[in-house]
Amino acid sequence: MIELSNVHKSFGSNEVLKGITASIEKSEVVCIIGPSGSGKSTILRCINGLESYDSGDILVEGTKVDNKAPSIVAIRTQVSMVFQRFNLFPHRTALENVVEGPIYVKKEPPAEALERGRALLAQVGLAEKADAHPGQLSGGQQQRVAIARALAMQPKAILFDEPTSALDPELVGEVLGVMRKLADDGMTMVVVTHEMGFARDVADRVLFIDGGVIVEQGAAKSVLNAPQHARTQDFLHRVLHPL
Amino acid sequence: MQNFLRDAVEFMPILLQGVWLTVVVTIGSLLLSTVLGLLWALMRVSGIRVLTGLSAGLINVIRGIPIIVLLFYLYFVMPDFGVALTALQASIIGLGIAYSAYQAENFRAGIEAIDKGQIEAAQTIGMGWWLTMRRVVLPQAVRIVLPPYGNVMIMMLKDSSQASTITVAELALQGKLIASSTFKNTSVFTLVALMYLTMSIPLILLVRHFENKAKRK
Repeated sequence: MIELSNVHKSFGSNEVLKGITASIEKSEVVCIIGPSGSGKSTILRCINGLESYDSGDILVEGTKVDNKAPSIVAIRTQVSMVFQRFNLFPHRTALENVVEGPIYVKKEPPAEALERGRALLAQVGLAEKADAHPGQLSGGQQQRVAIARALAMQPKAILFDEPTSALDPELVGEVLGVMRKLADDGMTMVVVTHEMGFARDVADRVLFIDGGVIVEQGAAKSVLNAPQHARTQDFLHRVLHPL
Repeated sequence: MQNFLRDAVEFMPILLQGVWLTVVVTIGSLLLSTVLGLLWALMRVSGIRVLTGLSAGLINVIRGIPIIVLLFYLYFVMPDFGVALTALQASIIGLGIAYSAYQAENFRAGIEAIDKGQIEAAQTIGMGWWLTMRRVVLPQAVRIVLPPYGNVMIMMLKDSSQASTITVAELALQGKLIASSTFKNTSVFTLVALMYLTMSIPLILLVRHFENKAKRK
């Protein structure tokens, strides 16, 4: 449902994506791993048009992603995004954050949206926090609200940009738990992550990216347990055995 | 002191008529400057080069012209172009335009202080530019903008006295008229100063309230 072919992207003279070709099928969970600065987040940001790309094609369900074209709004409502730093709206409650898109973008009747919003908060285990403001929530709770906000758009896929990297270690599990449940329910997910355990257990496929190219890809277990490429081996060694 | 009190009782009714016009000019030009300032600020952050340039140019032109010259222009020059304004209209429009430049810079600073992640989050749920401004950016920017906005209100109150130069009989002009006909300069101008101060105090308290509120966030 998401196709990237030969995508190039530069920031000034720094080429961060040097020809990325990949496709993500419906209901597939794909984890993108790699060293920082390798272009992982940029791929996600290009898929929903937060960044433009210089050449190549990105198609979402056959529609070319072009953040200057009106079609970008439809693509964004189909492909939600969860950010590393949550980016909840601090002036609105958890429930208001969740229903903002349905009511103001999709023009759903508020009563329906609110009912669905409460159900989504319950789904991520935060039914009782509906009226709390983001400032009153822990990082893990904020990220779960952000996931509920993404789900509220009834997207066909969700992009996760290092969703647990800003969390205290003891809060990582609750967020990964929610994501695992989504994967089990058949949500299409592209996850940039450093959580190798999550990638191994939940992902169908892993892409290892370094220097703006896909160095290695394949079934999660084979890439993570038996990497073929020296750069993948080196990266995994450093991540799994930091000392 | 006794003389002063006697003068105060005598002149107060006339001065209060001036206070009324001072309030009208202040509120009128405050509203106009807010609307125009917001418009310039939104043009400035629109990302559309023509609008950004136009806004920056306008702000610099407005900032570079003294308020008093702007007032003279509206009141004495515009009739030559077939636009006759009353003194009150000219003073509200003149002060409103003059202050719109400062309001715009204040609003722009508030808008640009909002974290970029907020705008991205709004975009990823499909919000367009205007909806992002209305639902996400402006409600958060208000908190940042309010304390300086309060200061603009105080400056506006005092600068409304410039309307006297184009015959608006507000507080300062009423005072000047009484003083020149009675020669009781000390009593009259002390009264005028006290009345401006009295009107400023609630605004000063309001600014402090805004500042405390912004700090608590």
